Amino acid sequence: MNPDVRRIDPTERLASSGGGPGRDGDDATAVDLRVDLGGLALANPIATASGCAASGRELDRFADLDQLGAVVVKSITREPREGLPTPRMAETPSGMLNAIGLQNPGVEAWLEHDLPWLLERGATVVASVAGRSVDDFAHVARRLAAAPAGSIAAVEVNLSCPNVEDRGLVFACSAPDSAAVVRAVASATDVPVFAKLTSDVTSIVEIADAVVGAGADGLTLINTLLGMAIDPETGRPGLWNTYGGLSGPAIRPVALRNVHQVHQALPHVPILGCGGIQQVTDVVQFLRAGATAVSVGTASFVDPFVAWDLGDGLRRWLAARGIPRVTDLIGKVEPWG
Amino acid sequence: MSSRQAGQLRGRDDVEAPVRGRCEVLSRRREGAYWTLTFAAKEIAERARPGQFVQIAVGAPHTLLRRPFSIARVSRQGASAGTVDVVFDVHGPGTDWLSKVEAHDTLEVVGPLGKPFPLPQRQVNCLLIGGGYGVAPLFLLAEHLTRQGLRVDMLVGASTLERLLGVVESKRLSASAVFTTDDGSYGEPGQVTDVLDDVLDRTGAGVVYACGPNPMLAAVSQRCTEREVPVQVAVEELMGCGIGVCFTCVMPVRGKDQHVRMKRACVDGPVFNGSRIAWDVSRYAVPSVLGEPGAVAGPGDGAGPLPDAGPPPDAEGDAAVWGEA
Ligand SMILES: Cc1cc2nc3c(=O)[nH]c(=O)nc-3n(C[C@H](O)[C@H](O)[C@H](O)COP(=O)(O)O)c2cc1C
Repeated sequence: MNPDVRRIDPTERLASSGGGPGRDGDDATAVDLRVDLGGLALANPIATASGCAASGRELDRFADLDQLGAVVVKSITREPREGLPTPRMAETPSGMLNAIGLQNPGVEAWLEHDLPWLLERGATVVASVAGRSVDDFAHVARRLAAAPAGSIAAVEVNLSCPNVEDRGLVFACSAPDSAAVVRAVASATDVPVFAKLTSDVTSIVEIADAVVGAGADGLTLINTLLGMAIDPETGRPGLWNTYGGLSGPAIRPVALRNVHQVHQALPHVPILGCGGIQQVTDVVQFLRAGATAVSVGTASFVDPFVAWDLGDGLRRWLAARGIPRVTDLIGKVEPWG
Repeated sequence: MSSRQAGQLRGRDDVEAPVRGRCEVLSRRREGAYWTLTFAAKEIAERARPGQFVQIAVGAPHTLLRRPFSIARVSRQGASAGTVDVVFDVHGPGTDWLSKVEAHDTLEVVGPLGKPFPLPQRQVNCLLIGGGYGVAPLFLLAEHLTRQGLRVDMLVGASTLERLLGVVESKRLSASAVFTTDDGSYGEPGQVTDVLDDVLDRTGAGVVYACGPNPMLAAVSQRCTEREVPVQVAVEELMGCGIGVCFTCVMPVRGKDQHVRMKRACVDGPVFNGSRIAWDVSRYAVPSVLGEPGAVAGPGDGAGPLPDAGPPPDAEGDAAVWGEA
């Protein structure tokens, strides 16, 4: 741990990931948190979720990005985008709705400013790409592929952002459209490609199958669920965009079900689990359901340190149970009788 | 809640960086219609500058996100060193929960966050304008300006006397203080904008600082821009994270190139040059009654910058007073 990062915490005896024995007296340092996510080697299975860590700079004011499994950056588009008018957010029970409109600096500015900065900080960078057409996605993927070899560890394809296309119509709802985008991105890049899917479909397994067939090395499950809120007094929608993506603990059971369902159907496809993860036991559930790693979104809004704490906490959780490797947990759901 | 865990701290040593701390509540008290909380947060008190805010975790059922509050006062010296005050109005489950915490409870606080008010780089008289509980960050600002040897005048408005925050404090911190209430229950009847011209003339203010409801800030910014008085405003926008990662609290801000860009109130603000906020394309476009949102901005497709509008503000004189490049 960088000595610049302080942690004064009388109740925690394990000062850092490199620290002494854990609470339960087990040697937490011996726990192996490394995972291989479809060819992407991660030091630990905790990543930030796209759109929930901005460019990376914002979270780096709190702690060191190189301690995270990966930084999945905010989705990058061909052109810079200013996004939607406000209100862009509405809090809902144990969750929130958002309609940001993919505000981002565009691929050229990202390559020039954000990527070099992330690399300088030692982060493992996953670039999320978004677009309105297959051609948009292909263009961004080609531009990313031109970055120095090894600088971008993987590409995540945001097929499922419900705010972008007209009124909830998204690529991720159509197997052929999703496959077309993934094929275009996969053929443009040499790094692992993850297709990020939505749960707002009749059969997620069908879409998953299609994108894997089109060349996806893994899947990110899931993006937000389309939702709505209305102010009972004014009658106005909570969001300028009327509909927006629901995230946070409210969607965790849905996300977990999706991970499990896809893992059962396609057991060899690596999954980056996402949706409502806030606590160590949430991470454990996703790993058991079949995820190889997880990404943390809305929880970072609540606590800027959460992604770091989950890594440390997972190590302690495993040590206390005598589990030597995090990979030992993946897919471990015990059937009832 | 227990105070057993008070004192835990997480963050970088860098004094510019925010920290997360478990902070003991020292007091909760009424100030008119509002509540004031004082909590012990040594690092936050030391690092805080006027205009910055903190994010406080609330334990109300089903709520998830922290609540942002401007830093109203900090104490760095004496027996009460290392404390922070925030002032709030109960307007939802989170603030309702906060209005019930007791002394010795602990709160989880992240801060200080956001860009502070820039201090003038030359000798000018400063007019500080507050609406409702928006006066809160102006107390700390007034102290800093006075310490710099600058004259501070205050103009404070609210709907009623009960909602007028810190009347005594405003008088104490300023060379002159003018108050307005919508119902005429204290000071001048009407709104701060009704007396703004008179107060500007009388005080010879060379800069204006304002904090309050966005429609008030829009009106104040507009008038100051017309009169070519540099104006800095601290906005209140609905925030998700407060740390720059969610992009929900954006304000449309016109750059020097005249392009309107969506700037995050939490990291690019909450303090903005009022003459640069594109109020005309924000949902605060039509300044109306204090505290009531103005007209909703016209439809857009969310792609690309919002349309440009309006004449360029006087950038020259403005930049010089804030020492901007
Ligand atoms: C404010 C906000 C912005 C988001 N932006 C993106 C984005 O740009 N690209 C993307 O693929 N997902 C985006 N997401 C979805 C998250 O990456 C994640 O899939 C979802 O929020 C569920 O995880 P969570 O419950 O941990 O937040 C966004 C989510 C939120 C809340």
